[in-house]
Amino acid sequence: MLEIKNLHVEVEGKEILRGIDLSVEDGTVHAIMGPNGSGKSTLSYVLAGKEEYEVTAGEVLFNGRNLLEMEPDERAAAGVFLAFQYPIEIPGVGTMTFLRTALNAQRKARGEGELSTPEFMRLVREAAQRLNISSEMLKRPLNVGFSGGEKKRNEILQMALLAPTLCVMDETDSGLDIDALRIVAEGVNALRAPNRSFVVITHYQRLLNHIVPDVVHVMSRGRIVRTGGPELALELEEKGYADYVEEAA
Amino acid sequence: MPAVQETIEQVRALDVDKYKYGFETQIESDLAPKGLNEETVRLISAKKGEPEWMTDWRLEAFRRWQTMSEPQWARVHYPKIDYQELHYYAAPKSMSGPRSLDEVDPEILATYEKLGIPLKEQEILAGVRNAETGDGLDGEGGGEYGSGRVAVDAVFDSVSVVTTFKKELAKAGVIFMPISEAIREHPELVRKYLGSVVPVSDNFFATLNSAVFSDGSFVYIPKGVRCPMELSTYFRINERKTGQFERTLIIADEGSYVSYLEGCTAPVRDEHQLHAAVVELVALDDAEIKYSTVQNWYPGDAEGRGGVYNFVTKRGDCRGRNAKISWTQVETGSAITWKYPSCILRGDGSRGEFYSIAISNGRQQVDSGTKMIHLGKNTSSRIISKGIAAGRSDNTYRGLVSAHRKASNARNFTQCDSLLIGDKCGAHTVPYIESKNASAVFEHEATTSKISDDQMFYCLQRGMSEEEAVALIVNGFVRDVLQQLPMEFMAETQKLIGISLEGSVG
Amino acid sequence: MAEPTRIRTKAEEALANHFAALDGDDPIREIRATAFDAFLSKGLPHRRIEDWKYTDLRNLMREAPGPAVPAGIDDARAALAGADVFDGVDRARLVFVNGVFMPSLSDMAGVAGDIEFASLNAFLARGGAVLDRFAGTDPGESPILALNSAFVRDGAILRVKDGAKLSRAVEIANVFAGGKPGLQTMRHQVRIGRGAEATILETFSGPDGVAYQTNAVTEVQVDADARVRWVVAQEEGAEAIHLHMLIPRIADRAVFDPFNFATGARVARAEIRLAFEGEAASAGIRGIAVARGRQHLDATLIVDHALPNCTSKELFKAAIGGEAKGVFQGKIIVRPDAQKTDGQMMSQALLLSDGAEFSNKPELEIFADDVICGHGATCGQIDEDMLFFLRSRGIDKSEAERLLIQAFLAEAIEEIGEEAVVSALEARTRHWLGAEQEVLSA
Repeated sequence: MLEIKNLHVEVEGKEILRGIDLSVEDGTVHAIMGPNGSGKSTLSYVLAGKEEYEVTAGEVLFNGRNLLEMEPDERAAAGVFLAFQYPIEIPGVGTMTFLRTALNAQRKARGEGELSTPEFMRLVREAAQRLNISSEMLKRPLNVGFSGGEKKRNEILQMALLAPTLCVMDETDSGLDIDALRIVAEGVNALRAPNRSFVVITHYQRLLNHIVPDVVHVMSRGRIVRTGGPELALELEEKGYADYVEEAA
Repeated sequence: MPAVQETIEQVRALDVDKYKYGFETQIESDLAPKGLNEETVRLISAKKGEPEWMTDWRLEAFRRWQTMSEPQWARVHYPKIDYQELHYYAAPKSMSGPRSLDEVDPEILATYEKLGIPLKEQEILAGVRNAETGDGLDGEGGGEYGSGRVAVDAVFDSVSVVTTFKKELAKAGVIFMPISEAIREHPELVRKYLGSVVPVSDNFFATLNSAVFSDGSFVYIPKGVRCPMELSTYFRINERKTGQFERTLIIADEGSYVSYLEGCTAPVRDEHQLHAAVVELVALDDAEIKYSTVQNWYPGDAEGRGGVYNFVTKRGDCRGRNAKISWTQVETGSAITWKYPSCILRGDGSRGEFYSIAISNGRQQVDSGTKMIHLGKNTSSRIISKGIAAGRSDNTYRGLVSAHRKASNARNFTQCDSLLIGDKCGAHTVPYIESKNASAVFEHEATTSKISDDQMFYCLQRGMSEEEAVALIVNGFVRDVLQQLPMEFMAETQKLIGISLEGSVG
Repeated sequence: MAEPTRIRTKAEEALANHFAALDGDDPIREIRATAFDAFLSKGLPHRRIEDWKYTDLRNLMREAPGPAVPAGIDDARAALAGADVFDGVDRARLVFVNGVFMPSLSDMAGVAGDIEFASLNAFLARGGAVLDRFAGTDPGESPILALNSAFVRDGAILRVKDGAKLSRAVEIANVFAGGKPGLQTMRHQVRIGRGAEATILETFSGPDGVAYQTNAVTEVQVDADARVRWVVAQEEGAEAIHLHMLIPRIADRAVFDPFNFATGARVARAEIRLAFEGEAASAGIRGIAVARGRQHLDATLIVDHALPNCTSKELFKAAIGGEAKGVFQGKIIVRPDAQKTDGQMMSQALLLSDGAEFSNKPELEIFADDVICGHGATCGQIDEDMLFFLRSRGIDKSEAERLLIQAFLAEAIEEIGEEAVVSALEARTRHWLGAEQEVLSA
């Protein structure tokens, strides 16, 4: 599904990613853990196509296509979804308007017809219910006045509606209390499918109690320094990142 | 808050004389005859022993000035000035030019001493004393001049009477001298830069200044030099019916840094005195100039009699890449202030700053602000203006922020706050924000309010008098700007704020 | 030294000739003459006149066509068919074509019992004295006003009765018809009675490709406790020059919420001069302007707080594309007696292309100390992070930009608070954005 080879990325002339190799198979969940500043969020932005990140070497293939050559919206239509660490507030754009515009834009890009209003409403209502999102919340402008937890649930709602094949989740657990974490994790688990993969970026192990990964990677100073099974996450929780910071230095 | 505490102490300690710099110095003066014509211009030029090119430059300015009229757009009102009723040159008779300290008329030295400006080099530890006792604010800047030494150029009416620390500055390659001397000794620098920031015909007052300026300071900081001490000029108008027209030119060559401070006072007079200065700053690649002003010209009495008309043109040109010019002003004096220290952000990546405290009381009129002209790419500017109006005064902030076509990614942030004390004064905000580049981002905020009853009550309940409470709250209101001043002058300024607002309550 | 004789511009010369050619036998002859003298003494305003710093009319108005020829009924009907901004809004209609009232095209059904109406012409012909305010308005204070008084052709004299709650909105439709340049000059005078409630729509439209000019002055007296929504929709033709002044005076406890929607004209100046003449009144003054090509759209606002306890909120938004120029000037004046004033003003501009310009002059002029006043102004381009967020959800760039511009403008439009009017203006905004792909940055 996703193949990252020797990826080097600079931001404002400073190298942040220094040779990432990562291969994500269909239907798998990969966790990427690491200390602050290790480049985890940068990786997620590069996959989604944010402008100010300059790829200086390496390649990223998504189902065989060169992801780096695609515009952010083309990537989304191709099935890449980024759950933002800090979902942005857009005053004046209603949440429903936004969801509908996004869904129809992707359907159009894939050559599918637009959804009828009742169909769309039904889809949103079902997904919202599962995530405990009130209809009042859906009436507000996108993320404006939402609590941290509400914003994250709104991200998962979008994930559910847009049905991507690669879900990149950037610190989705940050700022969530334990109940919100559970709701979010259940939402994600419900989306697990043989043709859908996840890259879960997190600082802490606790999210991985709920979303059990197949593979765990440790990132430090712009590189993946260790790869293992779910047990690696537990080990990190116990020992912290100190070893890796030194190792990479 | 020890600093504010100190302010209150000082306010309390003051006697009834509100303008303590209002004394007169009894010395004989060499006065040019009243009136302005080509002869006056030639006379000034001759008194200064200027080369011909300088005389011609002045005459050209004078001819242009005759075709110009006074600007009308500012929110200030004053009776028509009779420019033929003024003296355009006044110098203490005892001197024909700047000399060493030993030769300076003791009367003049005493004047500066009274003003708190020590000119004797061995005494210049006053700054340290201030820094130690003065305040607990975590300001920066003062520390860099560990010795607290300040080199002073003292300008008395039309001439510079003394410049201190010249030798030591010369060792670092820094040129700091009266501009009249620089015209003779460094003509290549003066000719290159004089009038290059404020063109001769820029505006009515600047053109007048170009024709008749008599003295002022000249500073050149060579490449890569960090000026080893604060430079400062102290202006004093003494003579009656004179105009003071000083001219300051500061050039910071590539990679250099200088911090410069000017202070101004004048005796109490019942007629108005005219002050029309021009200040030009040039910052080349990676250079930085920090220019601070504490302006405390005589503001006139409570009925608006007398006081200085302060019509000043100050402009800095960030001519090089990543150059930086920062203006900080504390304006408490003058009957009328008409002044807009500006930055031309020409070099890519250059930065301009304007920090201002303008306090008006009595019948004072202030129309002051800045212009940030973004010409280069990635230029940024920041404006913080605090206006305080009391008594029957009018206090206007007028500022322009503009981005020209090529000023990609220009950034400005402006915060403009006004405080009204009493219901007979006016506070006005007139910003002009002009963008011709889509990628420029400008943000402007302004507020006008009074000192809240709750804040006042809280202070009174804790035992402060109304005046103490006002001084305390106002010092808090202007804190952001105060912190921009060199450490040595912060305490003095806090004191000044307290004095300026006396009689504004009750 | 004597003032030198000012050399008249071509347009000023033409105006003088047109004025000389007016019918001399006219009930307001004196008013016209005084006004025109006042105009001529200063001429067309230019950039050295502070109020016109950003809209140099001397430069922008090179020609001055003569008074428009009244339109034939068929032309008028055809032109009116294009003036459909508020088609979705239940409304009565007073129609002016080329500056002249057209009774046969107007429709007062549903509100006739709650209003009194006469055209200015009919009113004067009946010997009605012009309202005090009309005569008393000093034409010297504004060139628009002076020219309006000099050339006024007709207008609406409209009164909403005390206590009336209008069941439909009332539209004053100002339409230019025909293919020949001309000047249409209207003076509307509206009084909203004590405790009355009304929504008034003032619309302007005309053909593209005809260099006609509109000069409209609308005076509104809002009596105590009245509540008024006043929406101006300016969709003049692409070659038109549009000068409009809305002059509301607001009595005790009244609420007056004007909105200015501007998309049309080559050069437009929409000026609102609002004065609080009573206590505890409030005004929500808002507007949007969208410009493209070489349009020049100016929104100028003076809010005069002379009495205590009044509140004004101002929100103006502009989206400027092409090589167009947008101007916002807003001044809040708080006079010495206007204690407890709450005045908040915000102006925001989006520049959509490299050639676009915006000038912003938000002013505070404050003489009372117990007030809370402030203003904010921003100018910039579409937020990159928002754009990226939308694109990461699969929305293509131009669609995402449109969505963001629309959302930006909608924040102001939604404040109108009347659904039918809001959706009419939002539809118009969408239409403008949809039609003008090229205004968006590449």
